[in-house]
Parts: sequence; C-alpha cells; structure tokens
Amino acid sequence: MSAGVGMAVVATDAPISPWRLRLRRFRRQRMGMAALGLLVLIVLFCLAAWPVQAWLGVDPTTTDLLGRFDPPGPVHLLGTDDAGRDVLMRLMVGGQVSLLVGLIATLAGAVVGVAVGVAAGYLGGRLDSALMRFTDGVLALPLLPLLIVLGALDLTKLGFSQEFARSGAAGFWRVVVVITLFDWTAVARVVRAATLALKGREFVTSARASGGSAWYVVLAHILPNVAGPMIVAITLTVGRVILLESVLSFLGYGIVPPTPSWGNMLNNAQELTIQAPMLAVLPGLFIFLTVIAVNLLGDGLRQAFDPRTE
Amino acid sequence: MSRFLLSRLWQTLLVLLVMSFVIYGLIGLMPGDPIDLMMASNPGMTPEAAARLRAIYGLDQPLLLRYLHWLQAAVQGDLGYSRVHARPVLEVMGPALWQTTKLMLGGFTLAVLLSLVLGTLAALRPGGWLDGAVSTLALAGVSVPVFWLALIFILVFAQTLRWLPAGGVSNVGDGSLADVLRHLLLPVLTLALSTAGQFVRYVRAAMVDVLRMDHVRTARAKGAGEGRVVRAHALRNAMIPVVTVVALSFGTLFGGALITETMFAQPGLGKMIYDSILGNDYNLALAGLLFATLVTLASNVLADLAYGWLDPRISLA
Repeated sequence: MSAGVGMAVVATDAPISPWRLRLRRFRRQRMGMAALGLLVLIVLFCLAAWPVQAWLGVDPTTTDLLGRFDPPGPVHLLGTDDAGRDVLMRLMVGGQVSLLVGLIATLAGAVVGVAVGVAAGYLGGRLDSALMRFTDGVLALPLLPLLIVLGALDLTKLGFSQEFARSGAAGFWRVVVVITLFDWTAVARVVRAATLALKGREFVTSARASGGSAWYVVLAHILPNVAGPMIVAITLTVGRVILLESVLSFLGYGIVPPTPSWGNMLNNAQELTIQAPMLAVLPGLFIFLTVIAVNLLGDGLRQAFDPRTE
Repeated sequence: MSRFLLSRLWQTLLVLLVMSFVIYGLIGLMPGDPIDLMMASNPGMTPEAAARLRAIYGLDQPLLLRYLHWLQAAVQGDLGYSRVHARPVLEVMGPALWQTTKLMLGGFTLAVLLSLVLGTLAALRPGGWLDGAVSTLALAGVSVPVFWLALIFILVFAQTLRWLPAGGVSNVGDGSLADVLRHLLLPVLTLALSTAGQFVRYVRAAMVDVLRMDHVRTARAKGAGEGRVVRAHALRNAMIPVVTVVALSFGTLFGGALITETMFAQPGLGKMIYDSILGNDYNLALAGLLFATLVTLASNVLADLAYGWLDPRISLA
C-alpha cells in the first residue's frame, strides 16, 4: 500500500477494513489455501460418518470376532480391524473425536493463554514477572510423562462418581482438561509480547488518558490489535494438541475404547503391522495430514497477517 | 558469573521442590494404593490388618506429612523400593538411565547436525528449490506423530526389508558393539527425525537473519570465502537463538524418548516411567518423573550459560 505523498491524492480504492485486507492477502497464498482445502476435505470425510452409516448399515463399535482383519469389501469398504469393526467408520468417527479434542482443548487453552498474556503485558510489574516465570516453568516440564500421570489419575479419588469415571465422556473431557492445563503457554507468550508493544502506542495512552478503564482499553484497543499473532499462535497450537491427543490415546491414557480416535486405533499397533499393515498406516496418515495442513494454515496466516511481508 | 549461576541454581531448586510436591500428590491420586495391592494379592487379609499396615507405613497420615517423610528419606538418597522389580529404586534406574542416555545422545546429536547442515543450506538461498525442499521436510518432521513414524520404520525396515531388528537392545547371545548399534539405529533415527524438524526451522530463520547483518557483509568485503563467512562469522551468531530452542526442547526430546523406547522395546528411563505408571509402581514412577524434571531444568540452566559463551556481549555477572 502506498501512502499518498502529494497533497492531492484522489482516493481511487474504496477503503477496506484490516480484516478484509488480511483475507485478501491470505487468498493469494497458494500453500495456505491448499492447506485450508485439505482441512475442509478431512472435516467432510469425518462428517460423512452419518450418511455412510445410514447407507451401508455399519457402525463404529459393533464387533465381529468371526470377521477379524477382513479385506475391503462391499459392506466394509476398508475392511475390518482386529475386533471385526468397520475400519472406514472408525476412521470417520475417530476423526471427529480427534478433531473435536484438538479444537476444544486449543480454545480452552487459548482463553487461559490470552488472559495470562494480556494480564502480564498490560498490568506489567511484579504480576508480569510472576506470570512469565510461571509460564517458563510450565514450558520447562517434561510434558509427556506428566500428561500420562494425569491421564492415569483415579477420578473417584477426586470426588467424581464411579459411574462418571468409567464413562466415555469422562475419557473425552479428561484429555481436554489435561492438555489445556499445559498447552496455553505459546499463546500467552505471543499475546504478552504483542500487548507490551501496543501498550506504549499513542491510541492506547489516549484511551487511558480519557479515563478508559483497564477492561475497556483491553477489550476495545488491545485485543483487536493482538488478534493477528494470537490467531496464528492458536492455529499452530491445534496441530500440537492433535499430536498430544493421539500419542496419549495410543499409550492408553487418552480417549479410551470403545470410543475411537485416530490415536487409539493404533493401540495394538505392533500386532497390526504384521496382520494388517494398512490398519497401522491409515490412522497415522490422517493425523499426519491433518497436522501438516493445520501447520501450513498457521504459516499462511502468519504471512497474511504480518505487515512486513511482501 | 558465579552470582548469576547461584541465583539460577536456587530458582531451579525451588521449582524442583514445588514439582516434587505436585508429583507426589499426583502419584497419590493414581488408582489404588500399596495396601490395596497387598490385599488384592492376599485375599485372606482382614480389614483390621490392612488398617494396621496403613498405620505402619504411615499411609493414614495427611499428605503434607507423608511428603515430608518421603523428602527426608529422598534427600538422604533413599528413594524406596520398586514394587514390580523388588529392588531399590536407584538400582532399577541406573541401567535404564544409561540406555536412555545412549538413545538421547544419539538422537540429539544427529538432529543437531542434520538441522545445522540443512538449515544453513536452506538459508544460503531463501526461496530457492533447496530451501523449499528443506522447509517441506522440516514441516513433515514437526507434524509427524512420533509413534507412527516408529511404526512405519518397523514396518518398512524390520518387517518388509528385514534390514534391522524391530526392537530390543541386542540379540540373545550376541552383545557386540555392532549388534548393539544395529538395535539402536532405528530408535535413534526416529527420535532424530522427529526432533530435527523444529531445529531446522530455527537454524534457517536465525541464519537468514544473520547472513543479512553488517559484519557478514564486512567479512565478504574483506575477501573471506563463502565457506569461511558461513562457518566463522555467521554460524556462531546464529547459534544464540538456536541454543535456547534446543535446550528448551529437552522436555520434548524426553517425551520422544519415552515413545521410541516403548515402540522399540528398549528398557530406558522413558519406558521405565511408562511401565511404572502402568503397573502402579509408585516409588519408581515418582523417582523417574522427578529425575526427568531435574534434567530438563538443568538443561535450561546450561542454555543460559551457553549464551555467555556464544555471545560475549551478554554478561552474566
């Protein structure tokens, strides 16, 4: 964008909002757009579970011990797994679960991260150093072993009912909570840095000088301007969360069968590589492609949002 | 230097203390407790006997008191007995530690070498075809689930091609160096490839920045060859941000080791922690987790020290 140097600049372009500008810049990114397309395809695939279920009359949990490791056929389009369950259905429903964990845990973590980042950056002082020390401390922990311990906790010892502790919902929400506890740090750091940079700008000083409360300044002036880097950081978090969920479920401390997830479909992976190699390849491939797409999308957004590129 | 080091060590010790309490509390929330396990293996035990045992082992005391007792013993080097191995915890940890050291050292060295070479090559011509290829590889490395990569390696190199063993430390009856290395190759490769992706991205970004700097232009203007410019003038400066990332990634690397050891049946520290949580081996899990925390924190302190060495402008006085 060229700013007018002369006095008589005729505004030929209609004014466009920053968001429309960013959208326009993003549309020009081939990789970012391709990643978005791939993500849409993956989501559509997962959502196709319902029509496929109605059409072929298969479901993801019915076992058939006489039909273990069946090859692809007219009913089981991708064959059956080690318990005779339909692989295609499990891939679709498992994908829904994995994507949902990725989205919910990321959003929950983002709320924590934004709160910590804005509080540290805007209020500053001792609170800032305390919060950032804490963030650094969380970042420095051996994440996976701790996640496994948290995944192994006995929920009844925390006061939940026996019934809830054994339900599928408990398994789902446990993974979400456990990942949220740790994966807010990246967003917090990015938001803090952006807030610090904004805090010294004239429009923020002006808003404060005219008597705007901290809430008002943060909501009206800080958050909208932090949104760019924040969205990028959140997007990149989604990929990490999906990977974490998959490895936890794979190790048996995440999503617990019978609920499928891409991670726990590989639970008895060693047996699968021998008996049915495709079963060991497919769920992992879906995780891999999804995370690649999310990361590419994040990179594309970064370039579209960063005024310094081009 | 020494004052800085001292204050960092104090902080690290404090974090370790807090973490030990948190982990101690968490382990107590895992399913069952030692007395439950005894009752399960001895159906004739009466509730009264169980209560008496609980009192003997101090399990009826409040959490804080139990923790302090454990801490007192731990500081004196007594971390208790492993339930599953029926040996003192430290005796179980020793060999596991050595196994993990081999794996992590191998994976780490390979990842750093790979990322320095590839990241530098990519940075020499940003936007070129090599840059594109390296960036794609790095993206794949960042995005691949480690356990799945291990699975694919087992499928391809162990089952289909039969070049390498699928797991274990050595063949029975054979313990030669070549045999051990053959068993280590796939785990090390898995760990290195899944770690290198992130490193490559940072090396490339740092090198692109540094190669634009004035002192690099000066070096070129003075007639230094490109090789010398890159190695002597650019790389050292580019290392400063890279060292942070590499040191901070130690926790992730340990997580990667846990997965690779589990996948390739290697009796290292990561698999030990995993098995101990799986088998309700409380003392062993506690010690393993704390050790992992300690090493991760220590690597962060080392990163701070490395700054001062790499960049004389940063004074650690």
